[in-house]
Amino acid sequence: MLDILELGAVEARAALDSGEISAVELASAYVAAAEETAGLNNYVALTADHALEMAAASDARIAKGEAGLLEGVPIGVKDLFCTAGYISTACSNILTGFIPTYESTVTANLWREGGVMLGKLNCDEFAMGSANETSAYGPAINPWQAADGADLVPGGSSGGSASAVAARSALLATGTDTGGSIRQPAAFCGVVGLKPTYGRCSRWGIVAFASSLDQAGPFSRNVADNALMMQAMAGFDPKDSTSADVPLQDLSAAVTLGVKGMKIGIPSEYVLDGMDPEVVKIWQQGQDWLRAAGAELVDISLPHTKYALPAYYIIAPAEASSNLARYDGVRYGKRVESESLDEMYALTRAEGFGEEVQRRIMIGTYVLSAGYYDAYYLKAQRVRRLIRNDFDTAFETVDAILTPATPSAAFPIGRKVDDPVTNFLNDVFTVPANLAGLPGMAVPAGMNGDGLPLGLQLLARPYDEATLYAAGQVLEDAAGFTANPIRRAGGVQ
Amino acid sequence: MPVDKTTVAKIARLARIYISDERQQVLATELNGILSWVDELNEVNTDNVEPLASVTGHSLPMREDVVTDGDRIDEVLANVPETTSGFFVVPKVVE
Repeated sequence: MLDILELGAVEARAALDSGEISAVELASAYVAAAEETAGLNNYVALTADHALEMAAASDARIAKGEAGLLEGVPIGVKDLFCTAGYISTACSNILTGFIPTYESTVTANLWREGGVMLGKLNCDEFAMGSANETSAYGPAINPWQAADGADLVPGGSSGGSASAVAARSALLATGTDTGGSIRQPAAFCGVVGLKPTYGRCSRWGIVAFASSLDQAGPFSRNVADNALMMQAMAGFDPKDSTSADVPLQDLSAAVTLGVKGMKIGIPSEYVLDGMDPEVVKIWQQGQDWLRAAGAELVDISLPHTKYALPAYYIIAPAEASSNLARYDGVRYGKRVESESLDEMYALTRAEGFGEEVQRRIMIGTYVLSAGYYDAYYLKAQRVRRLIRNDFDTAFETVDAILTPATPSAAFPIGRKVDDPVTNFLNDVFTVPANLAGLPGMAVPAGMNGDGLPLGLQLLARPYDEATLYAAGQVLEDAAGFTANPIRRAGGVQ
Repeated sequence: MPVDKTTVAKIARLARIYISDERQQVLATELNGILSWVDELNEVNTDNVEPLASVTGHSLPMREDVVTDGDRIDEVLANVPETTSGFFVVPKVVE
């Protein structure tokens, strides 16, 4: 019997067009799956009725031969995207009850192409975190389980998105990536995640974290599905002043191009002291796969790599402290009443923002304050240019770069960390692409000895997502990663 | 240690976040940890390096300075905590 939840998006589109399945049937199956796996806490709002209405409209369009690229495909939306008429909170108490009157450009593009909205997905508060543990809705859970049965984090910040796609409670999902928030959870959950070139996807209507780094991107269970979704969600948008008016490549065609003659760089600086030997092994395996498919591997150097994380942890909080100044209890969201305006602001923000968000606002405010701006913020921006220069130099000789996606597999929820800096290290391989504005893709490549997924990361030149899809498909074919996590609810198998 | 409790209180005031007396000390320790870690950047020679603020490679687009949207009072006020006669309401600021 056909397991409708195992169809990829490209396969589902074909089955919908041939009449083998209907969009209502597909949406109903996903709604039921989301309800069954509610214990994973990856949805913060399931919009079942809306999904079924959209699916019925899709069936009507398919019958008339007017199907869009994603017609009838059920999609989960990270709660960072504003969705008109549906709660959008960035998983923060300060936006409790916020219902936008407008739709983000990216989600509007998805619905225009016939996508069906399933609901809003859990994430770290304001996308600040790498484990989905800072969410006001509590942590989302990875559908993959530790060998001892412990619940694992799905990664973050787009943890709900990665968890739902892996658990078959969403066929596709949107995410955002400021320092690795698509690629790291994709790797932790064994799915494909793309961070597009900065400027490819409009930021309009997405709750801002660090505006010079934020990019929206797609989650999927395979590379071809990812290309299909990216084709629909990307595009120039005059409403975002940093949106790039650069024609999008034919990404679905790119998937079949292969890597013959492609030059792929292996950066020596991505070998870390004490790195997990299983991560080293999978990285080596990825190099062998690409070489076997006809690529030439080239040793490269990205000498400023070790400075990417500290530069990021100045730039991102600085931009965040500025962006989050808008949450003042006056125009929308939570308000804590007080006799004085200043006290109303301070109490509202103390109660509305969680600890991690407060910490980052404090760092950002400090590094932007009088007397420190040059020493911290401008210094970090100068280092940012050197990091970009490293990549520009590398891309004079190579077409793509292969690295591990994360320094480890998923770790247990509630892992005690004394020092905030230790948590930041999750993003060591992903942050440089954000600072440089490059496109990056995480592809599942295998499993570690505990049966948990490990991912590889590909990076390419700005606006060259096609190369990522070509090389990503080669990795996917070679890895033959077909393992499924145990679908389960509430931590019970 | 660049950040002490007094500095935390000052930043909290700038950031308009109320932070309790006990938490000010905790935050001072955490911020010092983060700031001493980012001090690594001082190893890098950035003389004559221009700060990189935008990676897009294109300058911000210009358009005619004309009204393109508006007349949406109901939408603007749809999520307001307190409103009267089409205005945002805040605590009294002038006696």
